[in-house]
Parts: sequence; C-alpha cells; structure tokens
Amino acid sequence: MRAESGEAAEAVVPLRRREGSPWGRRLLIGAELAWFAALILVPGLALARQALAGGLRPLVEALAEPAVQRSFAMSLGITLVATAVNTVFGVAMALVLVRQRFFGRTLVDGVVDMPFAVSPIVAGLMLIVLYGPDSAVGGWLEARGFQVAYALPGMVLATMFVTVPFVVRELVPILRELGEEYEQAAHTLGAGRWRTFWSVTLPSIRWGVAYGVTLTVARCLGEFGAVLVVSGNVMGRTQTATLYIAEGIESFHPEGAYAASLVLAATSFVLLVGMDLLRARLERSEEVES
Amino acid sequence: MAAGTASLARRRERQGRALRGASLSYLGVMVVLPILAMAWQAVEPGPGAFWAAVSDPYAWHALKLTFATAIIMVLVGAVTGTATAWVLVRYEFPGKHLVNALIDLPFAVPTVVTGVMLVALYGPSSVVGAILAEGGVRVIYDQPGIILALLFVTYPFVIRSVQPVLLALDRAEEEAAATLGAGPWTTFLRVTLPTLWPSILTGSALSFSRALGEYGSVVMVAGNQPLLAKTAPIYIFGEIESGNRHGALAVSAVLLASSLLILVALNALQRRGEVRDAS
Repeated sequence: MRAESGEAAEAVVPLRRREGSPWGRRLLIGAELAWFAALILVPGLALARQALAGGLRPLVEALAEPAVQRSFAMSLGITLVATAVNTVFGVAMALVLVRQRFFGRTLVDGVVDMPFAVSPIVAGLMLIVLYGPDSAVGGWLEARGFQVAYALPGMVLATMFVTVPFVVRELVPILRELGEEYEQAAHTLGAGRWRTFWSVTLPSIRWGVAYGVTLTVARCLGEFGAVLVVSGNVMGRTQTATLYIAEGIESFHPEGAYAASLVLAATSFVLLVGMDLLRARLERSEEVES
Repeated sequence: MAAGTASLARRRERQGRALRGASLSYLGVMVVLPILAMAWQAVEPGPGAFWAAVSDPYAWHALKLTFATAIIMVLVGAVTGTATAWVLVRYEFPGKHLVNALIDLPFAVPTVVTGVMLVALYGPSSVVGAILAEGGVRVIYDQPGIILALLFVTYPFVIRSVQPVLLALDRAEEEAAATLGAGPWTTFLRVTLPTLWPSILTGSALSFSRALGEYGSVVMVAGNQPLLAKTAPIYIFGEIESGNRHGALAVSAVLLASSLLILVALNALQRRGEVRDAS
C-alpha cells in the first residue's frame, strides 16, 4: 500500500516539474521581454522623444526643408530602380536554380549569397575599384561622358549589389516546395514558357515575391555604407536620406536628422507590419498546397 | 502533332538557356566582377605590402576590435536569442503575437537610424547618458556602444534560426526524460540543447558575419577615435577618404575572407546535417 502510493507520487512529480515552476517561467518571460524592450524598443522611443522634443510643428518644418525632401526623393528613386531590377533578376535566378540542372549550380547558389558576406563599406570600395575614374572600365566609360563612381549610377549600382540575394533566397524554397507538376501539365497542354510562367508559376509564388520585394525595399531605403563610399559624399548634390541623417547628426543642426530618422523608422515599422501580414499569407498558402 | 510538340520542347529548351545566360551574366557583372576586381587589387602589390598594410598598428587594432566586439556580441546573442525563441515557442503570454512580429524590426530599421536611436538614448546629452556618466560608464563614443549596436542589428538572427527547429521538435523525448526523473534543466541541457545546437550555430555564424561588416550603426555610436573605438569598416572608410587605397583594400580583403570562410563552413556543416538527416 505504501509502496503503491509512493510510485504514484513519483509519477506525478515529474509531470509537474516538466513545465518548470510557474515562477521560473514568469521570470524567463519577464527577462526576455525586458531585454527585448531595453535593446530594441526603448532606443526607438528615445528617438521619437528626441524628434518630437519641440512638438509637432518643428518636426513638420524640419521635414519641409528642401534638402530633406530632395534626399527622400533620391532614396525613393534609387529604391524603385534597384528593387525593380533585382525583382526581375531574383525571379529568373530562382527559376534557373530550382528548375534547371547545369554544371556549377551549387557554386552559383553560393555566389548569390555573397553580398550578405560583404561589408557595405567594402561593397562601395569594390565599385570604386571597378568603376572609379582611374580604373580601366571607369576610364572607358568616362571618356564616353558616363560617370559611374561619385555619381548617381554608382549609388544605384551599390544599392543593387547589397540587395541581390533577397528575392532569390525567398523564392528558392517556395519553388522547390511547389514542384514541377503544374508547370509540366501546362506544357503538356501546349502552353509556352511565358504563358506557363504568367498563369501557373507566378500566381503560386506571388506572396513569396511580395515578401522578397518588401525586404529589398527596406534594405534599399536603409542602405548607407556602400552608398556613402560610392557617392564621395558630395554635399547637397548626391545625398540619400541616410546620408542626410549621418551628416545632420555630425553637424550642429541635428533637428532635420532626427526628423528624417523618425520618418525612416516609421516607414520600416510599416514595412514590418506588411512583412508580418505576408508571412501569414505565405503560411496559409502553404497549408492549402499541402 | 508529334513534330509540333518536339519543336515546342526545343523552343522551351532554347528559352531556358537564354534565361540561364541572362541571370548568370547579371550575377557575374553585379557580384563576381567587383569582388574579383577588389581581390586582385588587394593582392597585386605582393604579400609583403599586403602584410605591411594589415599589420599597420591602426589597421591591426581596428581588426582586433572588430573581432573582439563581434565575439562578445555572439556570446550574448546566442544565449538571449535561444532563450527568446524558447519563450516565444513554449509559453503563452499576452502580447505574444506582437512581440513575435516586432522581432524582425532590426532587419527593417536602417542602420544609421539604429545609431541615431542609441545616441538619442545613451548620448552625452541624454538623461540616461548623464546618469551613466556620473557612474563613470561611457557607452557612446566608446566600445560598449559598439557592442550594443551590434546586438541591436543582429537581434533576429539566432531567434529566427532556432524558432522553427524548436517548433518542429518532437516533445516525446523531453517528456521521456522528465518521466525518468530529469529536472527541467537537465532535460534542456541533455535532450533539447543537442537538437538545437546546429540552429544556434547557424544564427550565431550569420550574426558574426554581419557584425564584422557592420558600419552604419557602429559609426554613429563609435565616433572616430583611433585605437579606441574605430572598427575595421570605419578604418577602411577613413583610409579611402585619405587616399590610402591599398591600406583600405588589404583590411577589406581580410574582412571579406573571414566572412566568406564563416559562410562556407556553415554551408558545409548544414550539408553534412542534411546528409545525416537523409540517411
């Protein structure tokens, strides 16, 4: 009788222990939330406080400055071009990597990720080495009146370099998961490549494309180091929003920089909400597939 | 009809080759060409000149500082990241969905803005900065600021790498361990952690590689003091500005090689894991 109840007690204790004590759990949750808040949220709030220190009117006035507006227009333009080009490339490259067999495919797969391993500053330096006025390619282009380094084309190239992997990396697993059956069915029914792509492949990967595009846009808007090196930081002429912020903080009039930072932070927050919605969509479409 | 299908297949084949050619050319011009051009110019003056550029006291200090701050960040990030993933997967608490969505914030916020945020919070003119200065602690324009910035920008890596593995983990083994009388700690260390290791390593390697090259956030908080808080990317930018192209190239080559080595090792590790899983 005693032995029996002892056994029962032993069986119950580990079950309770398995979940850990409620206080231990609460402590862990509390510690992680506190770390997250201290590391990520509080600095964000400090920026908001700093930017809104004088109320809303100075913030609006700072944002209305022509220099701020020019820099945002420049950032948006570069983002538009780089995102468009890298989206088309990303879809094509992902299709090639998943649907085709060719020599060196694994190597190509690794090369796509290389920009992730390159410091933005080093990326900028690479473009100066390749397209700078004293290089062979740069000299040839300059002789034909086309300046890449220390000008807008270089800044676009730098932004494109750092965002090459995003769309590819997002689409490769989705395409692999999708399989080839639907595409082959379309081929069998006589559809050409284009037709198959537009009416079979693209509709199945559209949320993945959207997710990759969102990541690309966020990175393009925020790119700093690579653009800084390539722009040569010519005052007033070639300045993106991030370059404007860095210069503003170093100067003695940081109000515009704080205001612009708050706008960029808010933009990234909106992009993040978009990413979250897209991820929910992606998970749902995967469930439908399987 | 058969001839029509055959010609269609041939056309598809041709189009496939064109697509491959176009995307590989873009990749070659955009990524491979700049990397090769840089690598070539970095080693062209010979190993002696390369070594001289890297062992320059300022360059050497910048490299040491970069690796040291990245290592500290990785150690802290691996522990907090694993714990955060654990809390997000295993526990329910109000606001969990919101926190889970906000984890990726550092990927979306521009690095310069991260730097501005940290300066606004810890800078010499802020309340927190003043209190810390009273206690003799300097965060901004010093090394603690660099580590904080690195922790911020790499925050999601370990969490996002561990989370899916933890979600997919079969809890039967943990329950078996618990039934056999193991406490929560023993169960975690002996049963759960061995399964999580590869994902913790993956997240840590990605954040380390990112930390080596991080510039925007670090330059805002580190200032520009040589031999104190000047990391390798800041050093490289300074050398470009002052016209020492080869000094910049040599340190860049070291950074790039370290980053690539980490990613290649990680790739090999994952491949081995896949082979083991498949067998």
